[in-house]
Amino acid sequence: MGTAIYILAFAVLLIGLYAVVAKKNVIKIIVGLLVFDYAVNLLLVLVGYRSLGSEGWGKPPILAEGQTPAQLAATAVDPLPQAMVLTSIVIGLGLTALMVAMAIRIYERYGTFDTNQIRKLRG
Amino acid sequence: MSQGMTPIVKNTARLVSGFIAVFGIYIALTGHISPGGGFAGGVILAASVVLIVLAFGRETAERIITPSQCHLWDAAGAGLFLAVALVGYFAGGFFVNFITPISKGQVGKLFSGGTILVSNLFILIKVAAGLAGAFLALAAFRRAGLPDGHPKEVC
Amino acid sequence: MMFIVPLLVILPLGAAFCAVAMAEVSFLKRWTGSLATLAVLANLVLAVLLFGTGDLKLFVGGWGPANTLGIEMVCDGLSKLMAVTINLVSLVSFIFAGPYMRRFTKPWLFDAILLIMIGAMNGVVLAGDLFNLFVFLEVAAIASYALVAFGCEAEELEAAFKYLVLGTVGSAFILMGVTVLYSLTGQLNMAKVHMLLPKAGLGSPAVLLAAAALLSGLALKAAMVPFHAWLPDAHPSAPAPVSAMLSGVLIKASGVYAMARIVFNVLGPTPQYAAILMTLGAASMLIGVLLAVGQWDLKRLLAYHSISQMGYVVLVIGAAAQVAARPSPDMALAGLCLFGGLFHLLNHALFKSLLFLSSGSIEHQTGTRELKKMGGLARRMKVTSFCCRVGALSIAGVPPFNGFFSKLIIIVALVLTGHGVLAALAVFVAFVTLISFVKVQRYALEGPPAGLAAQACEAPALMCAAMVILAVLCVATGLAIVPLREHVFGPAADALLSAGRLVSMGGAP
Repeated sequence: MGTAIYILAFAVLLIGLYAVVAKKNVIKIIVGLLVFDYAVNLLLVLVGYRSLGSEGWGKPPILAEGQTPAQLAATAVDPLPQAMVLTSIVIGLGLTALMVAMAIRIYERYGTFDTNQIRKLRG
Repeated sequence: MSQGMTPIVKNTARLVSGFIAVFGIYIALTGHISPGGGFAGGVILAASVVLIVLAFGRETAERIITPSQCHLWDAAGAGLFLAVALVGYFAGGFFVNFITPISKGQVGKLFSGGTILVSNLFILIKVAAGLAGAFLALAAFRRAGLPDGHPKEVC
Repeated sequence: MMFIVPLLVILPLGAAFCAVAMAEVSFLKRWTGSLATLAVLANLVLAVLLFGTGDLKLFVGGWGPANTLGIEMVCDGLSKLMAVTINLVSLVSFIFAGPYMRRFTKPWLFDAILLIMIGAMNGVVLAGDLFNLFVFLEVAAIASYALVAFGCEAEELEAAFKYLVLGTVGSAFILMGVTVLYSLTGQLNMAKVHMLLPKAGLGSPAVLLAAAALLSGLALKAAMVPFHAWLPDAHPSAPAPVSAMLSGVLIKASGVYAMARIVFNVLGPTPQYAAILMTLGAASMLIGVLLAVGQWDLKRLLAYHSISQMGYVVLVIGAAAQVAARPSPDMALAGLCLFGGLFHLLNHALFKSLLFLSSGSIEHQTGTRELKKMGGLARRMKVTSFCCRVGALSIAGVPPFNGFFSKLIIIVALVLTGHGVLAALAVFVAFVTLISFVKVQRYALEGPPAGLAAQACEAPALMCAAMVILAVLCVATGLAIVPLREHVFGPAADALLSAGRLVSMGGAP
């Protein structure tokens, strides 16, 4: 199970990268960029996973009533990648807002979303 | 988009948007004892404003909050967060948790975890104001007339 | 002294939030530029004050040295050099931007976004752990995307969109590299990763994957060939102070600095990484300058020269890595290579921003960037053309300006490390640089006033003051090379070569 999930995450990453490279519509490039970004976030969350072998899945890192921190540390998944992914998702949100605003303005100026026609800069 | 949507959507939005806002504030304030925190709560609070914009149109939403007020709340939330970081200098270092009697988190208690609660509150204000302001700015674009006809469908 | 270190990041950010709040109050709206200039001036003073102290390490939030899971801010010799460079160029850009941005509708927005970018770049050079480096890198990059599109003309938006797409792909690769390093060592602190990485095997496929992802993402940020495609569109389309900041500090702080940090202090120099760096550097050097000679747009020519000069720096850093990776490394030789590279980094920040600011002044007064439409500016715009001449002589490597000394040290270092062919290539590239700037001089500055330059008058006083400051510094850093080596570049090269010292101060192994 372990390796198959990572291969799947890399497959999503490659799909996102394909959309960025091969598509000619600005909106589709934006969607591909988002998929690529979230695939890297997914990889980051998967790195923190910890299975307890025969005792089942790793528990979420939330301290329940009556549980000591030592017990939590023994059974919970790694919380540090989750904190990193939260930050990364916020960064992706800011980037999305900027990309969409820029796409709207490009449409106002060029009249099209086709990257073959948004080509005033050459050389 | 200036007239909004059908009456069903409008009535539902009128009923629900207040609850969404309260839910967002709840998620932000209990960030140190359950999943969530400032950013998630701020996004949900901004989503209630987005719901109003989608259902009623931008002019009605601007009677609730204008982009200018969003900028002010944005700057205030961010500035207060920086102030929390700087006040920590008096307690020993940069960003130190200076509310020491309750600085260790305790399960299920709201007033624990020191400055985490206060930071979550300021981040809630900043993220909600920022996202609402961004969406109001984007909603200001009308469907402009194109220079020459409709664009072709491209892939 | 330690409390100064976070202030370098907080002052610009706090000033940015104040600027956004001030813009809503009508009578304070005009003062955002002055507030920004004051904040960056205070930043520069603090950065210079840091020079006397030794290595500073600060754990944010009191998550002390016992466990290194917290955020750490490190200020060693290299960070101090980069901090002074960043804040100096930022101060001059803000002084220049005062009169220049009056023709845009929202100058307060420009001040706010540029302040965020400056705060984030300071954060990049002060970061002590990998993820903080990535976060500040991203904040600076997002601010720069917004700044390139600031004028909202068609060309600026297209350039900004291209820059955004390429930059995001690069940043995502950097995050992937950080992920793999975290999964191998369980730590994010740079010193700790360096300690724990040999246990995972320095040549293992996982470490090579992390290194490949990190190096390709950072090479894209530093605009190395073949990752350079965004730079010739993005840097000319931005307003002139933004071009000076982007070309002058952003590709250095987020590209070259981060590459040097990661190759020397995290991964450890090996012959393979050195070969990669040297290939990237040599290719950028050559291809950048060959593409630059044929340009007729002044800012596009300067942008291609940025690629070429960054190629010099990366080439010689790669040579230093190769020397340091030998079984019995000659530390003095590696130190010389790093001295040449870092000195050229500082010089390039100074003369490239001077050139971009003078081209912005020319554009402000004549309204064009095409070399064929200008002529004879030396008679009409005396201060601007004088500063442009100083900048062109510096970049071409004419004594006694600073470019000559740094290029000489780079060529000597390449010969001493045994790369005679690369040294000859560096001399050739310097010669072609001289040719392209003679072309700029002949078309833009010499001759009788012609074309659109016939009615041009001198730029406003603040813009001229900014350019004169940079011109004076170009000459001064060339003449003050010996004390600079002792106090500034010696500790900086030391910080890169002695990766073990970070560890011994940082945490219990």
